[in-house]
Amino acid sequence: MERKIRVVMAKLGLDIHWRGVYLVSQFLKDAGMEVIYLGNKFPEQIVEAAIEEDADVVGLSTLGGNHLALGPKVVNLLKKKGMDKIKVFMGGVIPPKHIPLLKKKGIYEIYGPDTPMEVIIKGISDSVSVN
Amino acid sequence: MVEIDRLISESLKGDKHAVARLISIVERGLEPTPYILEKIYPHSGSAYYIGVTGPPGSGKSTIVDKLVKLFCNNHYSVGVIAVDPCSPFSGGALLGDRIRMNKRQKEWDVFFRSMSAGRVMGGLARTTKESSRILDASGKQIIIIETVGVGQSELDIAQATDTVIVILTPESGDNVQLMKAGLMEIADLFVVNKADRPGAENISLSIEAMLDRQRGKMEWKPPVILTSASLDRGIDDLYEEIWRHSRYLKQDDKLKNRRKTQLKDELKQRIESEILNVLWQKIHGNAVIDDLMDDIWEQRIDPQTAASKVVRNWLKD
Repeated sequence: MERKIRVVMAKLGLDIHWRGVYLVSQFLKDAGMEVIYLGNKFPEQIVEAAIEEDADVVGLSTLGGNHLALGPKVVNLLKKKGMDKIKVFMGGVIPPKHIPLLKKKGIYEIYGPDTPMEVIIKGISDSVSVN
Repeated sequence: MVEIDRLISESLKGDKHAVARLISIVERGLEPTPYILEKIYPHSGSAYYIGVTGPPGSGKSTIVDKLVKLFCNNHYSVGVIAVDPCSPFSGGALLGDRIRMNKRQKEWDVFFRSMSAGRVMGGLARTTKESSRILDASGKQIIIIETVGVGQSELDIAQATDTVIVILTPESGDNVQLMKAGLMEIADLFVVNKADRPGAENISLSIEAMLDRQRGKMEWKPPVILTSASLDRGIDDLYEEIWRHSRYLKQDDKLKNRRKTQLKDELKQRIESEILNVLWQKIHGNAVIDDLMDDIWEQRIDPQTAASKVVRNWLKD
């Protein structure tokens, strides 16, 4: 049976802009992935979901400026639970100068608002070693 | 198999990572699946199984979230399997049942898993059953299976659970629709959710009236419970009615008989699919299908006659 990539998608914290993450979720679904959409959740709940759902990838949407604080927190919590094989992606409005910082802190890839959907789909697919 | 054995023994101790992995393996029907099921089955059977179904938008996820909270506050451990439809085009799915989930207390023992109805090999019935057995064996005392009530899935849920809750809303329609829907026959409890909206009384009267016509034949009279889940109204009543139904089932071996009937059906279904698997392998091995396809396409033989021919040839071998 064909192995479907499982992606947990969430809006970080109290960030209320949902259209972007919802759109990306729809596209990932149409690309054949199983997207577990959480809505607004804090890092603890996101990690809890990623473990129970046996996710390959976590996608975090952030437009509210909390990316530096909450993004790496998800990475660290996953590491603490021994789940650092789960890749964390971020998308939304993130100042370019913060991107190297986030990557250094373990965020796998960061996509700005202009990113073509194909790039996101390919980025996620390639990050998962399909077995 | 060493890795699988480790996962099994960890999952029996309640380890979340192991449970999550095992469910993935079994759901995908990967090679170790039969071995896992064999090892898990003797440890299952002590949980109480609740099915929640109803039309899209009726508030299933919200009600499940509130029930989880009640069970946890009463010191039960809970496993939830939430099934959503998948895209018939891409096979992908957008699983949104966790959106309604509120923050858990630290002391709660909950495991929640979203599942796509589409990727399932051998039907929804197989994976929900097998995954819930893994949760059961991992020590969860209450298992809740949530599916959208459109078509076959509600019958599958009735086959896998002890108490079936059917959720409707004031907008769910009049008498006639109620009678037509296959949902109605499987309910042990009816919930009219969003009961703060107009029409709630009417629909609950419609359900009562429909039940009245069958009541002579029924030993258990399904109650109709009014809730407004998002406002936290009526959930206590629902919780009490679940336990009342469970107490009812525990009299005179009713639960035992219900589960035995379910297991018998499961066994029959599995024998059927085993037979089909074996047969298909044999028939495909003969490349008979491809040969016949030419004849069917050229209209030298019709599909029914061709099928009879295939089976008769196989019986001769």
